[in-house]
Amino acid sequence: PQIFEYNGSAVVAMVGKNCFAIASDRRLGVQLQTVATDFQRVFKIHGKLYIGLSGLATDAQTLYQRLAFKHKLYQLREERDMKPETFASLVSALLYEKRFGPYFCQPIIAGLGEKDQPFICTMDCIGAKELAKDFVVSGTASESLYGACESMYKPDMEPEELFETISQALLSSVDRDCLSGWGGYVLIV
Amino acid sequence: TRASASSVRPCAAANISPREGFLGMAGSMELPTKGGFSFDLCRRNAMLEKNGLKMPGFRKTGTTIVGLVFADGVVLGADTRATEGPIVADKNCEKIHFMAPNIYCCGAGTAADTEAVTDMVSSQLQLHRYATSRESRVVTALTLLKTHLFNYQGHVSAALVLGGVDVTGPHLHTVYPHGSTDTLPFATMGSGSLAAMSVFESKYREGLTREEGIALVAEAIRAGIFNDLGSGSNVDVCVITKGNTEYLRNHELPNPRTFVSSKGYSFNKGHTEVLSTKITQLKLKPEVADGDAMEE
Repeated sequence: PQIFEYNGSAVVAMVGKNCFAIASDRRLGVQLQTVATDFQRVFKIHGKLYIGLSGLATDAQTLYQRLAFKHKLYQLREERDMKPETFASLVSALLYEKRFGPYFCQPIIAGLGEKDQPFICTMDCIGAKELAKDFVVSGTASESLYGACESMYKPDMEPEELFETISQALLSSVDRDCLSGWGGYVLIV
Repeated sequence: TRASASSVRPCAAANISPREGFLGMAGSMELPTKGGFSFDLCRRNAMLEKNGLKMPGFRKTGTTIVGLVFADGVVLGADTRATEGPIVADKNCEKIHFMAPNIYCCGAGTAADTEAVTDMVSSQLQLHRYATSRESRVVTALTLLKTHLFNYQGHVSAALVLGGVDVTGPHLHTVYPHGSTDTLPFATMGSGSLAAMSVFESKYREGLTREEGIALVAEAIRAGIFNDLGSGSNVDVCVITKGNTEYLRNHELPNPRTFVSSKGYSFNKGHTEVLSTKITQLKLKPEVADGDAMEE
């Protein structure tokens, strides 16, 4: 059995006009058995920065706790929130530190940067950053998500249209994946 | 207690390099980490592997990267596809990494390793420039890279083409994951290296002009893009001459997206069934105004 397919997950983020959307499925499973149908994979770092973590659920929660800790220290020292680009470098460094014994997670980072420009990026489990201008996907349903997003995505969508597009892309992709599903949780900022 | 003291210590410690300074903050609450790799999840991962779970594949840049020396300097080229197994993860990634204003490095192999090792050596070169007040030399970058890669015995899987122009002239080197290096007038690395090398071996000659050099590099990368499945999308070129560097990002786009449907998908509002909605207004954080400068 594959380590990334132990819990099952699907996370996707898309860029719209001065906004971004990040969405995940809600299933938590132990291989083929479903254990929870309301599992949270997208976590808030600060009002304008969210991180979605797919892969092994325990590593996702641990990683989120470590990142929230580091961000709180940063807020205390700098008296401001972290920019998304900086946060992405932080996550990348944290993952690369464990290069030879990695966290089994693939993060998706989505945030509003300077002048509220949307920023999204994803990484593999050892921190190789991939910036994108349109959409990023991760999880067991990633192959279907690539296809759905590639056809459904349009640049400069307004928040309402972006919501519909990301939801339809997520739902149609998880329908083709046994390990993710049970609805979706979408955040628009 | 010692734990709380280490958590409020400022992270700009003198002996932690800029890239690793943040890691020193909260790696472990007992001891401050000194940067570099941490192996504390290895036992757990080995146990998981013993119980039958397969290790995941990392994102590789199955790549074509090339470099050649021409009359006035060095031209580097790379494709822009990042793969994750058989899937294209990034259609337009950057494989030509900055090392110094006069030195650039193309990377093939595991994407995280090439990025991390080039970032690390780039920071070390900058500190060295501050210490010596001189322009960085290509051999400095070369030695830093090869010692790091040799120390990790090939486990840091980064195959690099390093090129630049310094006071001693133009240089081009290849660095292999185990730490060996070659100095060459033209070089190719990555899964598409054979396709690119065939172009170089037939058309390279000494004393090329800038335009001929760029055209030859672009042709070699195109050979890799079209004949190797691990390389694709666009051609990036970087031209380094004495005192001037030009990074031609997406110099050629031989794979444009022509199959876009003109109708597209459009979902009306209300198409998706919403179970619950929660709208939270973002709180405006108070801005810390710039204070007066400290008195001398």
